[in-house]
Amino acid sequence: MKVVKNLYRDKLGRASFIFILLVMLLGVFAPFIAPHDPLAVDMKLRYAAPSWEYLLGNDHLGRDILSRMLYGIRPSILWVFVALILSVCIGAIMGFIAGYFRGNVDAIVMRICDVMLSFPIYVITIAIVAILGPGLGNILIAFILMKWAWFARIIRTSVMQYVELDYVKYARAIGRSHIHIIARHILPVTFSDIAVTASSSMGSMILQISGLSFLGLGIKAPNPEWGMMLSEAREVMFTRPELMIAPGVAIVIVVLAFNFLSDSLQVALNPQLRKPKNRSGLKPFKTVLNEKEVAK
Amino acid sequence: MGVFIVKRILITVPILLAVSFLTFVLISFSPMEPAEAILRAQEVPVITDELIEQTNEKLGLNKPFIIQYIDWLMDCLQLDFGDSYVKNESVWQLVGPSFFNTLKLTVVSSLVIILFSVLLGVICALQEGKIIDRILRTVLFVLTAVPTYWLGAILILFFSVKLDLLPTSGMSGMKSYILPVIATSLGYIGIYFRTIRSAMLNNLNEDYVIYGRSSGLSEKKITMHILRNSLQVSISIFCMSIPIILGGTVVVENVFAWPGIGSLSIEAILSRDFPVIQAYVLIVAVAFVIFNMISDILNAALNPRIRNDNS
Amino acid sequence: MKILEVKNLNVWDIHTGRIIVHNTSFKLEEGRCLAIVGESGSGKSVTCRAIMKLNKRSLQQTGEIFLKNEGLHQLSERQMRRKRGKHLYMILQNGMTAFDPSCVIKVHLQETLQTHFDWKEKEIEQKMIQAMESVNLKNAKELMHKYPHQLSGGMLQRIMIALALVLEPDVLIADEPTTALDTISQYEVVEQLMKIRQNMKSAIIFISHDLGIVQKIADEVLVMKDGEVVEQDDTQTIFVNPQHEYTKYLINTRRALSDNFKNVMRESLYC
Repeated sequence: MKVVKNLYRDKLGRASFIFILLVMLLGVFAPFIAPHDPLAVDMKLRYAAPSWEYLLGNDHLGRDILSRMLYGIRPSILWVFVALILSVCIGAIMGFIAGYFRGNVDAIVMRICDVMLSFPIYVITIAIVAILGPGLGNILIAFILMKWAWFARIIRTSVMQYVELDYVKYARAIGRSHIHIIARHILPVTFSDIAVTASSSMGSMILQISGLSFLGLGIKAPNPEWGMMLSEAREVMFTRPELMIAPGVAIVIVVLAFNFLSDSLQVALNPQLRKPKNRSGLKPFKTVLNEKEVAK
Repeated sequence: MGVFIVKRILITVPILLAVSFLTFVLISFSPMEPAEAILRAQEVPVITDELIEQTNEKLGLNKPFIIQYIDWLMDCLQLDFGDSYVKNESVWQLVGPSFFNTLKLTVVSSLVIILFSVLLGVICALQEGKIIDRILRTVLFVLTAVPTYWLGAILILFFSVKLDLLPTSGMSGMKSYILPVIATSLGYIGIYFRTIRSAMLNNLNEDYVIYGRSSGLSEKKITMHILRNSLQVSISIFCMSIPIILGGTVVVENVFAWPGIGSLSIEAILSRDFPVIQAYVLIVAVAFVIFNMISDILNAALNPRIRNDNS
Repeated sequence: MKILEVKNLNVWDIHTGRIIVHNTSFKLEEGRCLAIVGESGSGKSVTCRAIMKLNKRSLQQTGEIFLKNEGLHQLSERQMRRKRGKHLYMILQNGMTAFDPSCVIKVHLQETLQTHFDWKEKEIEQKMIQAMESVNLKNAKELMHKYPHQLSGGMLQRIMIALALVLEPDVLIADEPTTALDTISQYEVVEQLMKIRQNMKSAIIFISHDLGIVQKIADEVLVMKDGEVVEQDDTQTIFVNPQHEYTKYLINTRRALSDNFKNVMRESLYC
């Protein structure tokens, strides 16, 4: 609970958290909130400027941009979030198995991870899309298939660190079951590492998945998605550049919020990171490990 | 050191084999039968079972799976990736030149990334907490959240359309590199610069800095020592960034119509040209593994502990 | 002759406002050795770094510091740099981290000596070899071409002392030079420090919490607690007749420990 308190005290972290929560709620309740049908074509309203009726204006088919943005939260953020949670879960299970039991199991899991991590994420996604055909679901499958290896590796390191601690050895010595030890003694302490890693991946995942939608490999038209909206806007980029504003800005802000939240979470979980020099309000730096992850 | 290199290379070989096998398996999983895919791609009007059988025979698709893999691998080692289903060319003729185009973009971008990350990282570390540091950190932090393709479009609108300074797309001469390289690099600079800055700052509080000062060394000399120790991070970043960018140029190539392997792969997906996709996955993955290996070895070479203790 | 004088030194953290060293004053005569003792966190190291003006940027200091009657507190960073090494020199606690890990030892020695003297590379090497041999380091030439991680903490500590022999500073500050070492290396380092005292005119400030070594090496002792000087006197007087409660406590705990040790030894002898 101390973590929640620490996080709450961090203004930027708190603001990011509330913002993300709000965006997600908007996405969930999009059908009730959206002023118009996101798919309703009205050629009379092509490229209409923002008005009271259509707050963000209309696109090349006269569809309401605001409604499309709201519906777009679902594939752009909510589904990405689900994929992230799934791959973290798989990664956590594999990481726990490898880090806790060690030996041959560990060796096999780690070799699989090595191979998985030898493929750049875009490449494997393209391969999977090539086989299964374009679609958001297929992209998410590719991400889950690839990303778990990364999480497994980090969680394994973290688990190995805690298995060596005396109280865990003690619990083992007095004959507690493995499940009991993992659930009671290791999971709670590794949870912070898992949370930080997962939250720092969210931003890059949103960017990557919207990028694939932009390439036309993701969600199928006419369904709204932010990367897809940008791709449509690009067609008329030279004549109607203003269409690129809303989805682009939305992606930047959401990703920023996730990055801020991830940094705040890291500080909340390791208060020693909050040195006096970080009092300026700017965030401390992540560990090198996490930064590599962002890049991947 | 020699031992380390040999070990590292020996680890790489099985990974490469696994990668190639996975690539082969992955493509073989495609729901469509290869023979049918070929015939479809060649726009044969009526596909009969007989025709499929003939094609299978011709391409050796009736052989056992593992034999097919070995045959395929042997061909790949000689850069023979078969023929494109769609175009009347060998896959290497298509993939080879575009791979080098991508590589050019990647290497130039990596150089820009390393140059600016080090420069900005050092400036910020030396000016820690001051106004320059705070501004640069904020700006770069925001840039890491900007989607490459959106940034690319904005750059085109501003520099090519509004100011009419640079070409909007394609690969023609030095000028055409500028925008794609900027679009590729900015996000990475934001990430790597933080790594270098924090490496510098960690070094700034090291004992050897205090001892150097207490011995009366000039700030210039001390900064050189700090740089020397932080540079190790930079070099591994440089090597690490090459494969990552190589695998991620698809989007930038698409925005700027760069004739690279990424653009080619998207085209291949849309036309279901499996040999091209297969070659793309294999080549990029192999390059990724090899650059990672080089980065590990260079890293070790720079670190006196590993360099000495293994020899 | 008075060589170093510290008057009303105050050091505090600008972020937290916490005072780390409070109104500290002391004097150091030429060729004498002053030991600063106290628990960790009592402000010993910060005091010494304040003399060198090497504390972190977040620590501010006021007060007057005179080296040979020259006010160090008035000097600019550039002027101060000229004092460091040649006139004021500090040895750190952990030799392992005191040298740049990516360079051989020689690099630091050479850079330092080139900064302060117009000597050629050969000359520097010769003087260093001589100095290193006089602190009982064999194969000095080879040692200079080793990386820090290839040497032991005690060897690196003695290399730092050897550099002091060549630099001949007015004041040598040794910040817990023996804490990170095993007993044998401790003995060697202390022995070399005592030798320096005999051969050079340098005054020494010796920071330690090991009263045994302090009793052996120091002429005067300054006891610090929570950033303040609680007692300051000749080593003899302090150990025989401590005035302040805290000093008594420090000396008694030590005595109790060693008495206990003696008792145990005696018992084991009788068995």
